[in-house]
Amino acid sequence: MQPNLSFEQAPPLGVPFRFFLVAPWFGVAAGLLLPWAGESAISSRWSPAVLALTHLLVLGYLLQAMTGALFQFVPVAAGGNVWRPRLVAAILQPLFLIAAALLATAFLAGSGAMLRGAAALFVAAVSLQVVVIGLALWRTPAQGATVAALRLAIGGLAATVGLGAILAEGFAGDHGWPLVTIVNIHAGWGLGGWALMLVAGVSYFVVPMFQLTPPYPHRLARALPLALLLVLGGWSAQILGMNAEWVTAIWLAGFCLAAGYAILTLWLQRHRRRRIADPTFLFFRGAMFCLLGSCISAVVMTMLTSIGDDSRCAWWLGILILPGAFVSLINGMLYKIVPFLCWLHLQRLAGIGAVAPNMREMIPERAQRRQMRLHFLSLALLLLTTFFPAAAGVAGVVFAASCAWLGWNLTGAARAYRTFRGRISAAAAGPAP
Amino acid sequence: MSATPVLLAHHKHCDDLFAGAEAAAYAGHWAACRDAFQRFSGEMTAHFATEEEVLFPAFETATGNTGGPTSMMRLEHAQMNALMMQAAQAAVVADSEGFSGAVETLLILMQQHNMKEENILYPMCDRVLSANDLALERELATRTAGTCPP
Repeated sequence: MQPNLSFEQAPPLGVPFRFFLVAPWFGVAAGLLLPWAGESAISSRWSPAVLALTHLLVLGYLLQAMTGALFQFVPVAAGGNVWRPRLVAAILQPLFLIAAALLATAFLAGSGAMLRGAAALFVAAVSLQVVVIGLALWRTPAQGATVAALRLAIGGLAATVGLGAILAEGFAGDHGWPLVTIVNIHAGWGLGGWALMLVAGVSYFVVPMFQLTPPYPHRLARALPLALLLVLGGWSAQILGMNAEWVTAIWLAGFCLAAGYAILTLWLQRHRRRRIADPTFLFFRGAMFCLLGSCISAVVMTMLTSIGDDSRCAWWLGILILPGAFVSLINGMLYKIVPFLCWLHLQRLAGIGAVAPNMREMIPERAQRRQMRLHFLSLALLLLTTFFPAAAGVAGVVFAASCAWLGWNLTGAARAYRTFRGRISAAAAGPAP
Repeated sequence: MSATPVLLAHHKHCDDLFAGAEAAAYAGHWAACRDAFQRFSGEMTAHFATEEEVLFPAFETATGNTGGPTSMMRLEHAQMNALMMQAAQAAVVADSEGFSGAVETLLILMQQHNMKEENILYPMCDRVLSANDLALERELATRTAGTCPP
């Protein structure tokens, strides 16, 4: 059996857009939390505001955008048939939205009941996602490194949310569980097993496609997800009790894998045949430099304990990894996916003879570049707050403004789509009698 | 012997021509851009003709399937032709916004089209048509000579 080449495999436009259009606004919420949290956000990874804004980013921004991408990517690029995508997306997306808002509120209010409620919602929603997307990926006849990485990423998501639910119960109740160790394992699976695994699998496909680079070397592409899984298995074993040196070694091994992926991607981009540097390319390259920067920082923090013992290290690493690597990458990808899907669906509706607005007419490149500059400015400010905590408020507002601008640009593409679709419908109806 | 590797290599050749035309437009060298884009369009037209007049009919005859993957590929060829026409018109009047918008859209459509062909359709053709001597290299060369500027 071969994957179907039919356009009918692609879900209706509303399925991925439901997620894409909402994601940046969680970035706005996370950014606006920073002026409110103030300097305490930088000094401790356990402060309620930091926990809230971290989860607004990973569950609001990243999970929404990545789920939307999976609904599009799995049928079109991996040949998987997703069961009733419109229905599943209509259930999942509001559940994610409510659960992320509830979880952030739970952290800020210190409410165990709300923590349990948010965890229950996430477990229900992610279970549905894992079954539906996982089944499509399991059954697809397509093979290759991308499909293998996506399958593991879905498993990584399940592990992350499962551990998150255990933590919610651990914090809400009084069980005497080793919560710090579980938090570290939970974060490892979320960042490495879900986010990095998914990004790697998708980039095997889109980096050569968007930038005309050589393909990722087959063996390395195959080995990276498996190596990540191995490292995460070792990382999880610390729950059984492990020598501190081993824990550090596994921690560094995970960062080295991420660095290997970043260096390989940067090398491929350096050998691209497409010579222009568009915003998506610059976002992608910025994301890879941030990922590489986080790996170098992790090594320095391990070798120089005078630096590594500073509580601000978590903030520095968190900024490089979350807004630096993952938000940058998603931001750039959305600038390709959203306008292209608008064009593709309009072209299909209008027929070959009609001229649908092209991608740059959906989101002008000038608007993309300006928003990109603001995003990287916000990133620099967020990193500077490590040394000047008083700047946290300004950095948060600038990051929120950048996310709002992205949201506005994406909505602009949706507006252009609606306007042109209205014209097609009017033309099809013909002149009024 | 499989016949499609020549088409696969030709995809890469067309990508290079595309990248050259795009880079010239970004540098504001519109005369060079028009020349490069004309060459690219000619190669693409020859490529589409080779597929639509030689490869696809042979595949459809062998499988009895005319409404499947080949019809989808024909539709995407028409979409790419429309975008190439838009880009060519923009190049004539040195409209950088119009040109970059059309080629940006064309690039993604072209790449996902190529991936479908290279990963799915060409291997299917090679399996089904292993006994046929399609001589695609000669066909492509003939058509390229007919559609590309000297």
